[in-house]
Amino acid sequence: MSPIISVSNLSKTYGSGFKALKGINLDINRGEIFALLGPNGAGKTTLISIICGIANPSEGRIAIGGHDIIRDYRAARSMIGLVPQELHTDAFESVWATVSFSRGLFGKPKNPDHIEKVLKDLSLWDKKDNKIITLSGGMKRRVMIAKALSHEPQILFLDEPTAGVDVELRKGMWEVVRTLQASGVTIILTTHYIEEAEEMADRIGVINKGEIILIEDKATLMQKLGKKQLTLQLQNKLDAIPSALAAYNLELSDDGHAVTYDYDTKGDRTGITSLLSDLRNAGIRISDLDTKQSSLEDIFVSLVRQV
Amino acid sequence: MNYRAIRAIYLFEMARTWRTLLQSIVSPVVSTSLYFVVFGAAIGSRITEVEGVSYGTFIVPGLVMLSVLTQSISNASFGIYFPKFAGTIYEILSAPISYLEIVIGYVGAAATKSIILGLIILATAGLFVPLHIQHPVWMLTFLVLTAVTFSLFGFIIGIWADGFEKLQMIPMLVVTPLTFLGGSFYSVNMLPSGWRTITLFNPVVYLISGFRWSFYEIADVSVGLSLGMTAGFLIACLMIVAWIFRTGYRLKN
Repeated sequence: MSPIISVSNLSKTYGSGFKALKGINLDINRGEIFALLGPNGAGKTTLISIICGIANPSEGRIAIGGHDIIRDYRAARSMIGLVPQELHTDAFESVWATVSFSRGLFGKPKNPDHIEKVLKDLSLWDKKDNKIITLSGGMKRRVMIAKALSHEPQILFLDEPTAGVDVELRKGMWEVVRTLQASGVTIILTTHYIEEAEEMADRIGVINKGEIILIEDKATLMQKLGKKQLTLQLQNKLDAIPSALAAYNLELSDDGHAVTYDYDTKGDRTGITSLLSDLRNAGIRISDLDTKQSSLEDIFVSLVRQV
Repeated sequence: MNYRAIRAIYLFEMARTWRTLLQSIVSPVVSTSLYFVVFGAAIGSRITEVEGVSYGTFIVPGLVMLSVLTQSISNASFGIYFPKFAGTIYEILSAPISYLEIVIGYVGAAATKSIILGLIILATAGLFVPLHIQHPVWMLTFLVLTAVTFSLFGFIIGIWADGFEKLQMIPMLVVTPLTFLGGSFYSVNMLPSGWRTITLFNPVVYLISGFRWSFYEIADVSVGLSLGMTAGFLIACLMIVAWIFRTGYRLKN
């Protein structure tokens, strides 16, 4: 199936000469949840802004459902709902009015039933007549999501959707995202919270300094992440690993006071029990132990540092 | 054409007008009434007639124009500046609408508002002096042309402005003086000939003159020239707006 978003060789240089994006190639599959991770200033928002028509590309082309975003902007933009990072809302409009406005702006005929459903899904129904200025930050965020969903987009961009949103609300938001995905909507989200990407995304892309440095299925990525490391502090200094323990691939620390053991939490057996009994049989006494999981965060940090 | 989008923007802007009814409608009406008291009653009692029309009556077209000009500019400039300031412009830019549709929505609403206002002021004036309009169709034509032209001008200011000071600067420093010196309260022919020549460089003179002609058939300059100058300014504004959208000036990076 052809990708719903196809970004090819996209570059963006700002008037100041700053290169925000350098030759981005990215395909988003229909119906997936794609998480774009990256540190501040990596180019996440610039990329989204160009796809949505808020900023102009310097080079390259983008197609949305086969429609070029510049030549065929009406067809391309009609498919997209955008929730930007900043809380940009009207102040004195009612929730109902601002959400209905968005639907009109995207050229869709009035449909109060749809707006009602969107507001109810986002728990905004009882606030529909309130002025936006009277709402809390989390509610404003949901109003922006409601605006983006008002015109029934096939693609939803969520730029840092959970920044400054409490846990309860975040859960509710992810429920909405899952329901949307189930109805066939493609979702692209950027986030700082790596657990969120882990929890929500089908695929994960990492962007840094204007370049995409990794795109991987979450499952593949998580397999790499399934590794854990057990560190054992020894009571007595060890000069070498006894040959009886060779099968464990232990690694001895430089000072000889600790050994580390890598194991896979996803495997049937971790081998920890037999390791511990074999250590005792070899007469090695343990003073302390510690386990550590390599997280997406570790991979992310090491990837970003490499560049 | 995305008519629904034009409608959405237009109604959104008009809703803002109704919400701010007090500032939008009441305050210009109050200030116009004050002009009538000061210029019409106090000064007008000393100047009996200008070119065969009583002074109070003479200033009516100028007063209406004064409000239409300043209101068109402030409505339209604020209408587009505020989304830029609040950040809600993102939605307009990401929507499947053309630049022309955006302009029709915003400028149409701003012009509608100032036309309504002009008519209200005219009605208010009717309470103070007897009104007779010789050419109602031309009167409306000048009113609509001026409202649209200056709403476009205001739209340009709103896009250009990157702060509230700039938003106020052009109306305060340029438009208000030009309007006051444009023959709102006097006939340009009353000026010494040197000043009269200078005044003819003021575009507002042509607007007020043409508008006044539609009321009383008295004019400082010929009606054709008035119409031509107004149309010329309209075209100039349209060209600047077209350039703004082509280049994304102050809207898009």
